[in-house]
Amino acid sequence: MASIKVFGHATTTSTRRVLLTLQEKNLDYELVNVELKDGEHKKEPFLSRNPFGQVPAFEDGDLKLFESRAITQYIAHRYKDQGTNLLPADSKNIARYAIMSIGMEVEAHQFDPAASKLAWEQLFKHIYGLTTDKAVVAEEEAKLAKVLDVYEARLKEFKYLAGETFTLTDLHHIPVIQYLLGTPTKKLFTERPRVNEWVAEITKRPASQKILQ
Amino acid sequence: MRTILQGSLLPPPPIKLSHSSLLFSPSHSHSNLKFTSKSSPSPPTITMASIKVHGVPMSTATMRVLAALYEKDLDFELIPVDMRAGAHKQEPFVSLNPFGQIPALQDGDLTLFESRAITEYIADEYSEKGEKLMCPGCNKVKAITKVWLNVEGQQFDPIASKIAFERIFKGMFGMTTDPAAVQELEGKLVRVLDIYEARLSKSEFLACDCFTLADLHHLPVIHYLMGTDSKTLFESRPKVAEWVKKITARPAWAKVVDLQKQ
Repeated sequence: MASIKVFGHATTTSTRRVLLTLQEKNLDYELVNVELKDGEHKKEPFLSRNPFGQVPAFEDGDLKLFESRAITQYIAHRYKDQGTNLLPADSKNIARYAIMSIGMEVEAHQFDPAASKLAWEQLFKHIYGLTTDKAVVAEEEAKLAKVLDVYEARLKEFKYLAGETFTLTDLHHIPVIQYLLGTPTKKLFTERPRVNEWVAEITKRPASQKILQ
Repeated sequence: MRTILQGSLLPPPPIKLSHSSLLFSPSHSHSNLKFTSKSSPSPPTITMASIKVHGVPMSTATMRVLAALYEKDLDFELIPVDMRAGAHKQEPFVSLNPFGQIPALQDGDLTLFESRAITEYIADEYSEKGEKLMCPGCNKVKAITKVWLNVEGQQFDPIASKIAFERIFKGMFGMTTDPAAVQELEGKLVRVLDIYEARLSKSEFLACDCFTLADLHHLPVIHYLMGTDSKTLFESRPKVAEWVKKITARPAWAKVVDLQKQ
């Protein structure tokens, strides 16, 4: 009987962010499907779980959460000693933790807005019978390229974004990167050697492979 | 509290304001995420403060950090960044933040950027000083705080800061407000504020019954919006109005606002 429940849709990047974390930690959980095409996420009872009407929502016993990056942080702390450690090796070191936090903010505010728009334009729009807007793609690729230039410099000094070990900072990127690798935007990753290596590393992890199934 | 502020802000020509969605040329030289990074050349003033904030009082992201420092009664030096000259896009600033955005913070050897990572660091590192800016408690309580921290960053700020940009900052840079954009954005903001109204009917502050970073992070943009017609969106929701009044009345916040007047 899993005390952990995820209310979401296995194809969305935000739900996958949470599933990835649970997989990395070998935690038992139940994925309760929220049927997006029926607008289930915009109605009760889902709205009581997340008033913003977005997947995923999360439950661990009587704790109820939403916002994928809050959920992953909860899991990483609460189950710190289980499975992969997703926090810096010395997580009590406040300065080290702050460096990881910077990376999480950068992913949320610099990387994801552009990356998600690119995934939407080039992949998800087709599902809804809409056409890709090439001007938007060009504009967002230009923004993403600048972010990836910073990443390239960063990854020349460190194996992963927050330091020498894989952390939540890297993990948060994985779902949308997996989608972008199936689009022409892939070139932005492959043409930067260290970024390319980092992408290969993080997407080949067993947990990363598992959530694609 | 010693703050050193040089010169006043002159009306700048049209430039891209440091906004969380705008990107600047990255540095190709130093990685500044190392917490033992090379320190940038020191300013010509002598100071005892180990905390330095590189930014300007007008910037919402800078204000967020200043608010946290004042709440914690910490000494710091505010080092202005000449936005008008594009200093934030060049060395030495990009060694502090390769994304070329203010603020950056130095605490001894440690260099940080992203205002919400900085405030979290301040709350953790100086947890015993001044106001507690996180809900006291175990993992579960901290998790709720993280939810509302993410709500501010992901749901509130993207909309609210665009409204502030339209109504206030555009005018400063010789551009004109787009009323259609404002209307659309306000339509989205009210949906967020309705959720806040429901939340604040159950909790005194957003994350719990004490003032935390989840509330603090809202202050700079709310401060700007309350000086515009958008204030009605906040004032017309009783719990939200009460919350706005409470958080903007905090003495630490008054100090941040004072810096703008200098």
